[in-house]
Formats: sequence, structure tokens, C-alpha cells
Amino acid sequence: MIGLIDCNNFYVSCERVFQPALRSRPVVVLSNNDGCVIARSEEAKALGITMGTPYFQIEYLIEKKNVAVFSSNYTLYGDMSARVMEALQSFSPETEIYSIDEAFLRLEENFEETGNKICKLIYQWTGLPVSVGIAPNKTLAKIANRTAKKLKSSVFEMSDAKTRDEVLRETPIKDVWGIGYNSTKKLNALGIFNAFQLKNFDRRHARKLLSVTGARIVEELNGETCLPLDLAPAPKKSITCSRSFGGHVESFADLHDALGCYLVRAGEKMRKNNLTARAVTVFLATNRFSKQPQYSNSHTIELINSTDSTRELREWTRRALAVIYKKGFLYKKVGVILQGLRSESAETIRLRGEKDYQKDKRLCAALDQISRKFGRDAVRFGCRSNSKNWQMLAEHKSACYTTNLREVLRIAN
Amino acid sequence: MFGLCYILFHSLNKIFWVKHIMFNSVSSFFIPNRARRLSRPLILTRVPAGFPSPAEDYIEGRIDLNRELIRNPLATFYVRVSGDSMEPVIHSGALIVVDRMIETRDGDIVIARVGSELCVKRLRISDNGAVWLSSENTIYKPIVITEEMDFEVWGKVSHAIHTF
Repeated sequence: MIGLIDCNNFYVSCERVFQPALRSRPVVVLSNNDGCVIARSEEAKALGITMGTPYFQIEYLIEKKNVAVFSSNYTLYGDMSARVMEALQSFSPETEIYSIDEAFLRLEENFEETGNKICKLIYQWTGLPVSVGIAPNKTLAKIANRTAKKLKSSVFEMSDAKTRDEVLRETPIKDVWGIGYNSTKKLNALGIFNAFQLKNFDRRHARKLLSVTGARIVEELNGETCLPLDLAPAPKKSITCSRSFGGHVESFADLHDALGCYLVRAGEKMRKNNLTARAVTVFLATNRFSKQPQYSNSHTIELINSTDSTRELREWTRRALAVIYKKGFLYKKVGVILQGLRSESAETIRLRGEKDYQKDKRLCAALDQISRKFGRDAVRFGCRSNSKNWQMLAEHKSACYTTNLREVLRIAN
Repeated sequence: MFGLCYILFHSLNKIFWVKHIMFNSVSSFFIPNRARRLSRPLILTRVPAGFPSPAEDYIEGRIDLNRELIRNPLATFYVRVSGDSMEPVIHSGALIVVDRMIETRDGDIVIARVGSELCVKRLRISDNGAVWLSSENTIYKPIVITEEMDFEVWGKVSHAIHTF
């Protein structure tokens, strides 16, 4: 049997661990740049705040209903997630981390009992409430978890076929894992509205209509296993680092600054995984919601030698940006993608400039060490302008309680 | 190059020792030699003729407070305490290590949540099941926990670090 463990309203729960006063208040967490709502407490859901609502649209509710608002604090959420995932390893040797707040586990016996134990211990160890859905495969485990949440119970088991059919009848197809907006429309047109109907849908038909993935979903709804646990995550093929700006950015220098900042992060990530990049893409875009003139473009440079040197990549991103940059637009977003990632050990010795490249490697290793020890902005490439308008808006961010000694939880006693 | 010098030095030393033995009592043989060997334990083990370091089998890595103070990293949190309610056990400004994995018992110092407040107190549980939170500082009265209170133990305080 497969268990899907999901942290309830994860981002909100993380904030509540360290600020218990939030337990009785509606809480929302905003996306980067405080754009829109990406997590809600049950109380906030009850106020009718939906996922993805722009922040400015609910501002009037904030004061009236005493809603607590947070900018997303991914440092905190990432650390809390790592704690949960580590804890889950102690319940099963086979776990697949599916997202920041979800994991699949193989369970051998005493399913419901184990589920309850997981909920109790994860809460005790980390302070985070989780719910567990148990079923024969991943697709059904997802549905079981959704049912647990709906019934406001922490564990829901669907091992017998009869319970399964009952639940599937109550599940609209748009809530089935892997059935997206387009598939829902196609199926609805055929008179298929709930998961039970989809389960009994002809498989050959499903294959034609929804391709292989759709056919797999139908088989999984029938209790067969088509999607095995993914125990070792596939190596990264590309690394993207991009943000929307808090304000607007016009000048080439500012864009290059922001790009350099994202590149440092992307480079660190790449070196941590011992990878090198074969190509680099830079993209930029104006704010498509504004009435200003619109422009977006991207440019890719294939590199002669694969590289993991931030210094070299900086030069290539500058050239790529110069190709696509046009004066007179108010840019909202810029980003860099490192592509064609391969293991560093597959690197060949360069015909030219090998010595300089080795120097670069040592420099980057030193930089990585410094930024681990003293923070990412301790040493930087080039000189950076003081323009702050490309930096992210995060006006309601909580403290990094678990990763920064200066920001740990304070208790006045 | 260094190795060669070393062997040269070593053999010269041996000659010196021979002289040494001839003119002195044998019991003094080990004393200076041992001091010298401790200063270069790695090189000595490569020279078959030398004595192996007696310390070699006992080298255990340095004391690591992370390992000593944190038994369950995934359930450990740091908290800064201010106020005098736990004086003289926990001083104001102390950094405390909180382990949420350890089961708490009567007499433990804990972080407790009472309603929407967190506090650091000594947990007391009597035989008949009564629960209260007491301060170490006697000017503060204990908090008696009743059924209708929203109460939970947040974690056990396992260490307090006080910087002078």
C-alpha cells in the first residue's frame, strides 16, 4: 500500500508553530513580491479567500476580519519541510519526496495504525499537522488524502474496493491527480463527471482521448500500479533562476545586476550537484498586466566548452542580455536558465584556457564557501548599483526561526 | 625532498641515540623520543623503522558540541529567553536548546503553550493527574492547568547556553 503524507496548509502551519497567537486567526501567505495568496488557513478559506487571489483585492478584509498576512519565507518552509521528510524516513525505507509538503511512502502493514502514528509523531516532532491517505497506488492515495481532509480526519484508508468506489463517486474528475483543465473539458463532453465513471471508462478510448498518461490514470483508478515510487530523483536537466521585480526596471545596468544575482544562485546550485552547463538562456519580460508597451524575448547561447564558473557564465549572460535588451520598456522580470547540465566528471580538458578555467573553479569553490559561512552577499562579482527597485517585495516576512541564530524564536518569560 | 631530509635526520638521530645509550642509562631512552614523535605522528608511521605512535589508536576526533547537545536534529529548535521567571536556573538572555522528540515527565523544564502564549516553565504532574507550571523564581505564582485550558507541551528544554 502507498501512503500520501501531506502537510495541512503547510506555509500557514509553519508560521503557526512559532507564533501560536495565529492559531485562532485567519492567516494567508503571499507569493513572491507579495503578489497573490498562495496559502490559507481554514479560517481564511471560510472567509471566501481563494487560492491565487491578488493581495490588493483582499486588503479590505485584512483589517475587518483580523487576517494575518505573511510574505513567503522559503528559508523557513524549506527547513521545516526537510525536517518532515527526514522524519518520514523513519516510518518506511521507501519514500518519494513529491513536493515541499507532500511525500509518498510504501506501507507494509497496520495501515491505519501507522497512519495515525505518523500524524501524531510528525506533529510532536515538528509542530506541523499532516494528513495521510492510504490506498493501493499513488493516484488513489492522492484521492484518499483529499478525502481525509474533507472529512477533517487525519487518516483515510481505501484498501477495500467497496470504500474506493464510494469515494470515487464523490470525486469530481478535475480533482483526480493528472487530469487537467483540458482533459476535464473533453471528459465532461462525453458525460464523465466523477472518478468512478472515469474508472469504468474504456481503456483504449482513454488512450486515444487522453494519451498514455490518461490511460495510466484509468488503470490506477482500477487499483493497478502504473506509477512506481520514484526513490531517486532524476538528475536536473536545467536550472532556472528568475524573479519578478518589486518595481519596474528600465536600464541595462540594473537588469544585468539582477541577472548577476540570480546567476550566483543558479551557479551555486549547479556546483552543489557537481554539474556543468552547456548552454545559457536569458529571458526578460515587461509586466503583461500593465497598459505600458509590451515586450518579451529570450536568447540562448550554446557554449563551446561546458562550464560551471560563475565568472564565465556572467560574461555569457551579459552578451545574451545585450542581444535582446531594448531601450524604453519597463521590465518586470528577468531570468537565467542554465541548460544541458552534465556531470562535472564528463568534462573534457579545454584546448585553450584550461589553466584559467582551473583558476575559476578554485575561485568559485572559495566563493561558495564564503557565502555558506557569511551569507550570500558577503562577496560579490563586479560592482552593483544601489538601485533597489529590482529587489523583491517582502513586507510581511516572518523570521528565519530555524536557520539564523539572530532570528530564533524569542520567549519573554 | 622532505622525506629524504627526514630519513637523513632520522638516521642521524639514531646515531645520536646510540651514543646516548652508551653514556646514559637505558631508562631515559623513551622520554625525549616520545615527545618528538607526538609532534609528527603522520610521518613517523610511514617509516618502518620508527615506533608507531602510541596515541594513534586513541585519536577520536575533537569534541563536537553539536553532537553532544543535539540528539535529534530534526526535532531540535533554538529559543532565546528573556525575563527572570526561571532564575537562577535559566538566566535572561540565555539560548536554550529545545528537543521535541523527548517525552516530557514531571520535573522537566519545558516550553509550554497556554492558549496563544509560549512560556518556559518547570512541568509538574502529580500522581492524581493534576498539572501545573512552576517558575523557578519564587516571586511568580505557578500556573494551574485546567481541563478547559488550551494547553500543550511545545518541547523539552534540554540545555541552556549562557554567554558571559
